[in-house]
Amino acid sequence: MKYFARKFGFFVATLWAVVTLNFLIPRLQPGDPAEIIVKKLAGKDAALDPAQVRAMRAMLGAPDGSLLQQYATYLGELVRGNFGLSYSYYPFKVTEVIGQAFWWTVVLVTVTQVLSFAVGIVLGAYAAWRRNSRFDSVVTLGSTFLGTLQPFWIALLLLYVFGYTLGWFPTSGGYEESTPGLNFAFIQEAVSHSFLPALALLIVTPIGWILGMRNTMIMNLGEDYIRLAKAKGLPDRVVALKYAARNALLPSVTGFALALGGVLGGAILVEQAFDYPGLGRLMGEAVENKDYPLLQTLMLLTTVGVLIANLVADLLYGVLDPRARRAES
Amino acid sequence: MTTTPLNDVMAEGDPAQTSNVEQVPDVERPDRWWQVVWSSRKARIGIVIVAAYVLVAVFAPLVAPHDPLDSSFTPLAGASGENWLGTTTDGRDIASQLIYGSRISLLVGLFGGLLATMIALVIGMISGYAEGTIVDDILSFITNVALVIPTLPLIITLVAYSEVRGVWLIVGVIAITSWAGGARAKRAQIITLRNRDFVTAAKFSGEGTMRIVFREIMPNMSSLVAAAFVGSATGAIGAEAGLAVLGLGDSQSVSWGTMLYQANAQGAITQGLWLWVFVPGLVLAILMTGMAFINFGVDLLSNPHLREDA
Repeated sequence: MKYFARKFGFFVATLWAVVTLNFLIPRLQPGDPAEIIVKKLAGKDAALDPAQVRAMRAMLGAPDGSLLQQYATYLGELVRGNFGLSYSYYPFKVTEVIGQAFWWTVVLVTVTQVLSFAVGIVLGAYAAWRRNSRFDSVVTLGSTFLGTLQPFWIALLLLYVFGYTLGWFPTSGGYEESTPGLNFAFIQEAVSHSFLPALALLIVTPIGWILGMRNTMIMNLGEDYIRLAKAKGLPDRVVALKYAARNALLPSVTGFALALGGVLGGAILVEQAFDYPGLGRLMGEAVENKDYPLLQTLMLLTTVGVLIANLVADLLYGVLDPRARRAES
Repeated sequence: MTTTPLNDVMAEGDPAQTSNVEQVPDVERPDRWWQVVWSSRKARIGIVIVAAYVLVAVFAPLVAPHDPLDSSFTPLAGASGENWLGTTTDGRDIASQLIYGSRISLLVGLFGGLLATMIALVIGMISGYAEGTIVDDILSFITNVALVIPTLPLIITLVAYSEVRGVWLIVGVIAITSWAGGARAKRAQIITLRNRDFVTAAKFSGEGTMRIVFREIMPNMSSLVAAAFVGSATGAIGAEAGLAVLGLGDSQSVSWGTMLYQANAQGAITQGLWLWVFVPGLVLAILMTGMAFINFGVDLLSNPHLREDA
């Protein structure tokens, strides 16, 4: 139990740290952050519009007062789920704008993450089992090279080949004329629009899994219990899958959540290239339009998402591996 | 320099145990470190690649046929003797942009990597050496928080607030957002080293903590530090490109990321200008692969039983 309590405690403490960081970032620059931001929006020489400054202050979490008071108001607003209004989608609330884009990214990232995990584990395990074979070197070198490719660049190339030249897939957006919802026409359009973005992410994401799985598996193959299994005359397949791969899988479970951050980063870039209506494109728009309330909320949301995934992975790890529980109690 | 930490062998089991699959030659007396790195074919390829990029970047004014910002050429020209890779929509020479772009990537890689490695070293070493104390608890907590926060959204947010987006701002932001993984690895490493006899001996001879950590223990991890530096530098180069393709790059200079941003913004692929898109991403990937290859060689230093692979 202590293990789970500790992990949960870490989650709460990290959540607090992240929320506080989110509060501090706009205040890192000297001067009144509200005035600075409004000045930026209005252009250097334009006079400050007091109403705008007031709106900006409200978004930053406090009309006036000391940093501590601002912090208190900020936390209060956060608990009530009030993240302010978006500039670029005025007069919509930030939460409404994000709600529109949320599922696009969640589905895209979840599907690619799970697929790439599966692909990476299988290829990595096989490469380790056939260590130093041609397959091993092709996979190791290939994944090293693929891992260095820019997601944005891959996206543009896929777009050029399959979107414009061959015309197999739509080149931008998330759907055409159908009404979003659970109807066949919409789902069909959403899938065909999501195919290339997902492929772009898939090309660049299994890399970590392949190399990580390969290396832990090679380490495990040197252990005594593998020798014992072989000495008992168990078939290779059983030794590889039930003995070595199963144990090598454990570190990848914790890696799963941490890798989510990287996949999210990739999704931001890929969505940008495909004009895909998810959180990544929204973030790009927020940057372009200096929509700070939207940007801050997106940053907070993605971080909290990774944090929750991390907590789930930690808890799962505790269930899967009794040693983890024992080590800390 | 003796850079062969024995603990790696101990931690991972005797390599000879796997010998029913392959023959493990007797490990000879370790060579000098550069011989070990150079003995890996991948590392040799990597070193040649990176060296070529460095030469091009240093001598960019001599190599490049034109000024990268000179917009006096015919727009949308195809590849020719005058413009090796054609021109952009506003009449700039793509080949020259590409050549000058190597400067930004290498600069960001070098300094971003150095800074991130330094932060990781200081935090990881102190935290690991002070394991179990409150200092370690605080530093470990900070490291873990930094590890969980998704890097790219954080970098984007930080850069979006700053008005002047110079290359040094980008270097700084990348460094302070990407040190955490390295710090954690170094903490783990120092924990295995700090109870060795040579550390105890240093303590008894009255050396200060800082001296023990950075002068006695750190030299034993130099191959790990080198690998971490190359890794961070590669990450920094990738992060700069990621920022630049979103339009958050240094507006004063040309980088491969800004080239991709421009190409996309000007609709290069709808107009069939695929060279403009294809080449910057490719040279970027080749540089980063070269750096990853160097790390295959550096890994041989810290993990001797990988050497049979080379």
